[in-house]
Amino acid sequence: MSALPPYATVGQRTWHYTFRVICGLVFFFLIAPIVVIIPLSFNAQDFFTFTPEMLRLDPDGYSLKHYRDFFNNDSWQSAMWNSLKIAPMATIVSVTFGTLAAIGLSQPHVPFRRAIMAILISPMIVPLIISAAGMYFFYSRIGLQGTYIGVVLAHAALGIPFVIITVTATLVGFDRSLTRAAANMGADPVTTFFRVQMPLILPGVISGGLFAFITSFDEVVVVLFVGSAGQKTLPWQMFIGLREQISPTILAVATILVAISIMLLATVEMLRRRSERLRGMSPS
Amino acid sequence: MTDISQSGPVLAADGTPLKRSLSRALRMQKLRALMLIAPLLLFILVTFILPVADMLFRSVENRIVQDTLPQTVEALADWDPASGQLPEEAVFAAMAADLQIAAKAKTHTRVAKRLNYENPGVSSVFRKSGRKVGKWDLATDGPFREKLIEIDDGWGDVELWRTIKTYSGSFTSGYFLNAVDMQLGAEGPEVRPENERIYNTMLVRTMRMSLIITFSCILLGYPVAWILANLPARKANLLLILVLLPFWTSLLVRTSAWKILLQQQGVINDTLVWIGLVDDANRLVLINNELGTIIAMTHILLPFMILPMYSVMQTINPSYLRAAKSLGATDWTAFWRVYFPQTVPGIGAGSILVFILAVGYYITPALVGGTKGTFISNLIAYHISTSGNWGLGAALGAILLAVVLLLYWVYDKVVGIDNVKLG
Repeated sequence: MSALPPYATVGQRTWHYTFRVICGLVFFFLIAPIVVIIPLSFNAQDFFTFTPEMLRLDPDGYSLKHYRDFFNNDSWQSAMWNSLKIAPMATIVSVTFGTLAAIGLSQPHVPFRRAIMAILISPMIVPLIISAAGMYFFYSRIGLQGTYIGVVLAHAALGIPFVIITVTATLVGFDRSLTRAAANMGADPVTTFFRVQMPLILPGVISGGLFAFITSFDEVVVVLFVGSAGQKTLPWQMFIGLREQISPTILAVATILVAISIMLLATVEMLRRRSERLRGMSPS
Repeated sequence: MTDISQSGPVLAADGTPLKRSLSRALRMQKLRALMLIAPLLLFILVTFILPVADMLFRSVENRIVQDTLPQTVEALADWDPASGQLPEEAVFAAMAADLQIAAKAKTHTRVAKRLNYENPGVSSVFRKSGRKVGKWDLATDGPFREKLIEIDDGWGDVELWRTIKTYSGSFTSGYFLNAVDMQLGAEGPEVRPENERIYNTMLVRTMRMSLIITFSCILLGYPVAWILANLPARKANLLLILVLLPFWTSLLVRTSAWKILLQQQGVINDTLVWIGLVDDANRLVLINNELGTIIAMTHILLPFMILPMYSVMQTINPSYLRAAKSLGATDWTAFWRVYFPQTVPGIGAGSILVFILAVGYYITPALVGGTKGTFISNLIAYHISTSGNWGLGAALGAILLAVVLLLYWVYDKVVGIDNVKLG
């Protein structure tokens, strides 16, 4: 693919370049919608399209007014704080339980491993609307509906599959003789875990945590049902904004969220490479 | 020497037979693994599995008629709806007694609402009577048959009594039948009249659109996965970011981007008008219809198709393709007969994943789908939060869940859940 052989026919050459153009168009389709909203968020007018001033690159066509609106508007601010209160808590819960379970699951002899795995992954598979409706009824029954704890528990459950998947994947390459060696030298299981195993699987744990974080931070269906006005998160506020009267402030929020995604993506990629390097070092 | 020559089982250091000692160690190991898993399993069971099971149970549960109208249900036991005759006076008296208690507790409106799902019009009969029956003296004010019919001639309709009798059991298949556009008639399940059928259309539409989205994802994803797998690693990693960034971007950001781009006054229409492809007067309607949902969801789900295809294509040895060509195959034959069959597992994995995610989508169809492009999930949400017909919502949810779990099972067989990769 990378280079055309010198004996390629005209047809082959044409196809080679046509194919690249097709791929380019698909990449454009993937990335353009996300990129386009960034300049639009600096629009000085309340329009959702490029104004003539913007196209002329006139500085008057651009402004930070939508960002100012985001930081001065009470409902957006409280939504942001709610998101920042819920997502880290849900992440901590799912990472704690998830990491322990992942270590258990990667032991050599686990009875009913397949069935357990299927149950633990199910929150990722079951359609969100069904999870949301079920949690709504059940949590109202036990008095958790409309509470902070209820939303945190619901989001933690949704984040767990991601933690399980990433941490078990990291543990596949984990050299078990290291824990045996630690035990041999007199370390108790807790010390072995924190001083030997944890540092080695940390990259997997952190990327699992980031997945759990973004799951909670982006989640809207479950919080719509389980939460009440006091737990209105950023995605919820965006959802209302998009459904009722759409205001250009959403563009500013979207741009900020894209920036956050880029940071998270960069971190996860870095961690993945580091984890691969670490695993390459241990003899297997 | 005596140790070795002794007969009998091999012993471990502490004197127990080695076999038993080993199996004990294995049991301990299993127990330890389960102890580590137990907290999470318990957590998921309580916060997730139980709630879903609880909701699914609502799709068959039907205690309300029995609980609210106990005497009527008992009196109706002997009545045969097929006779076409109204029930005996005793039944009407029982109904009057039940209504009096229910109206005092204000539960008659709830049972009315429940029966109204099955037989529209019942609700008003109950509401109207509930108020008046409260003033009657049950001992002297008979006969109740004429009095009830006097309040509302709905009581004189055999259909109403048939509905009460049909739905007097603790469990009902009524919600499920309703969810597939059927109802419990006099002779068992029957298809609803033409004008009341909406749920089948909705299920079929959800399936059809999910299939269209899956196919668009295959069409768009295949070339991209191929080029990623065949470029040198450095370039491929750079291009992979273009796939991963949408994957990591908030769902609502991508949905709002499409909502803004697809508007009639949006960037896409503006560009098309500027190029001259579209007349300013007839801008394309790209949003609030099926097309809007398909475009936006294809974009959102495309990374889920590309990533599994890419990981399969990476493992395909390029020398197979060269070997095919050196044996005289044309480019097309080499691709279609040699390369493509090896990528089928990737296409399968990606398709199942995309389809599973697509059938359950709620947010995107709700925001860009208008009325024509909504999915079954939107209907479930409507019944849970707006109409209050929870049983029907639960039945629709159960059907959706069955479809998804079936595909999940297939996915597990084909790919294995252990092999799910993220990013």
